Amino acid sequence: MTELEAGRAQTLVPVRSAAALQRYRDVLIALIAFAVLASLPLFTGSKALLDFVIRCSAYGLFATSLNLLVGYTGLISFGHGMFFGLGAYSFGLIMQKLGVPIPMAFVTTLAITTVVAAIIGAICVRLKEIYFAFVTLAFQMLIHSTILSWASFTGGDQGLRGGIPRPVFLGIDLSNHVHLYVTSCALLILGLLAMRQIAQSPFGYTLRMIRDNAARASFLGIDVWRAKLAVFVLAALFASMGGMVMALFVSGAYPEFAYWTISGEAIFINMLGGVSTFLGPMVGTVLLLLLNDTVTRFTEYHGIVLGIVILFFALGLRKGLLDFAADWFAHRRETGEGR
Amino acid sequence: MDIDALAGCLSSSACLVTQTTSGLIIGMLLFLVAVGLTLIFGVLKVVNFSHGAFYMFGAYFAMTAYQLTGSFTLAMLAGATGTAILGLVFERVFMSRVYGADVLMQLLVCYAFVLIFDDVVRIIWGPEFKSMGMPSAFQVMPLFIAGGVVPPYYLLLIGVALLAAIVLGIGLSRSRIGKVIRAAAHNPGMVSALGINTGLIYGGVFALGGMLAGLAGALAAPVRSLTPGMGFSVLIESFIVTVIGGMGSILGALIGALLLGLIRSFGSLGFPLFTEGLMYLFMVIVLVSKPTGLFGKEAA
Repeated sequence: MTELEAGRAQTLVPVRSAAALQRYRDVLIALIAFAVLASLPLFTGSKALLDFVIRCSAYGLFATSLNLLVGYTGLISFGHGMFFGLGAYSFGLIMQKLGVPIPMAFVTTLAITTVVAAIIGAICVRLKEIYFAFVTLAFQMLIHSTILSWASFTGGDQGLRGGIPRPVFLGIDLSNHVHLYVTSCALLILGLLAMRQIAQSPFGYTLRMIRDNAARASFLGIDVWRAKLAVFVLAALFASMGGMVMALFVSGAYPEFAYWTISGEAIFINMLGGVSTFLGPMVGTVLLLLLNDTVTRFTEYHGIVLGIVILFFALGLRKGLLDFAADWFAHRRETGEGR
Repeated sequence: MDIDALAGCLSSSACLVTQTTSGLIIGMLLFLVAVGLTLIFGVLKVVNFSHGAFYMFGAYFAMTAYQLTGSFTLAMLAGATGTAILGLVFERVFMSRVYGADVLMQLLVCYAFVLIFDDVVRIIWGPEFKSMGMPSAFQVMPLFIAGGVVPPYYLLLIGVALLAAIVLGIGLSRSRIGKVIRAAAHNPGMVSALGINTGLIYGGVFALGGMLAGLAGALAAPVRSLTPGMGFSVLIESFIVTVIGGMGSILGALIGALLLGLIRSFGSLGFPLFTEGLMYLFMVIVLVSKPTGLFGKEAA
């Protein structure tokens, strides 16, 4: 064994145990977060607050899944909202037309999303940057147009109305507000934990390499196309989960869920929170929803206020809030050590 | 779906003429917006997501000028120059700050202005639908070509847009300024080293793009209703045009816009509910078979 190899063997062991340690830490944080969120109804009877958390769950899952593409892989998708809409619609339609138990519809929707995302992804991920963005946008609008024009099946521009039946399953009654709330929180935490595991896995680091230097990744024997397709499908699954939470919450599905603005909002959320930290999009979600709710209460011209806030982030901070905070802490620690 | 209506139209010359002219109108307006977009992308390498707002402002400026002066020519001029100035200011004050930045940051600045501009229009002109009305000079008998009805204003619109296309094409390929612009698109560092102010060129190109979009808006004002947010559907469609035609190609923008206009006007007969879907489908087909667009060059 040469000196170099010996050195590498020594460093490999602590790295692996550090990864395991981090996984335990992530699970612990997730459990604590879930416990805090789930006990919230015990302290407050505020329906508005619980509704807010449910909406955060739906958008948070969706926005964080987009970050797997934008932040980790460097794939800027303009059409990620199509999977949000697809999730909401297929879940709603399965529940309305087939009347199966909710977990069954949940799994079937994920299967449908996998198939659709694999087909669309296979076409899209070959394309570069701006072309990838526009083709995903075109597919999104194609799905949106299909929803609008296939009125007999999807309800057209009226959306999927008449409510989504929510039969009781294993004592969980989703028409009960608190049950719905706890289920949404559970889905959010599980989804975030799963995405965190993907991001921290060797596959996640492969994605980062593709983002930074796709040519080098390809020289190292990585099938870039396959890795991009895999993350495209994975991200679509979590977006679809977000769509299902939304469909359960509003008890329906509307064409706006599949419109391009929903993708625009997700990109905006990512920029607001920051794309270089895992929880950035979650912070962005809370910020945007808070901003939307408060601004619409004070003025009818919320576009101007929102626009100025965006400008502040884009031209002033030049990065998302959590990125900014992370950099600030890193900078402070550096100067602190230097002293 | 209504294939019979489409087949019936294709076999009648009157309907064919009417649908083709309406397709050309849509196409020409789209071309004026899309060519500005493609020019800005070609030179500045920025996707101007707020380009639709210039179209909107062009229409509103023209309407106000027409109501104040009663002159159609002045209305067109107001639409074009107003948006040119707006474009120059927008580029110098805001966009020039994010050239080096992430694509996402540029998009975000534009997105912010889409929101702001829409609300500014809502504050100044009100949220309701407005209409400029057809100028009296064009309130004459429509022409009948092969049995199809063609309003004279449509001919003017097509003529002005074609003229703009020709002037732009010749200007960029032959004139000194055109050559400088193309050089700046190719290698801004070298152009700047030769003592030419690239900032001025960037501002000028943005103003030109804004002016063309504003002209499109002004030309559309007599035949479309004006509303805040009207720029948005135009923006999405002109994106499709530039992507189909190839980013940075003027000829591509013209061909793409005309194709899209015809798809819209004939598609609305055959597939009334899926007209938009047809456009996106067309874009997907083009991009899958030729990712750089019909006239786009391979990325350097």
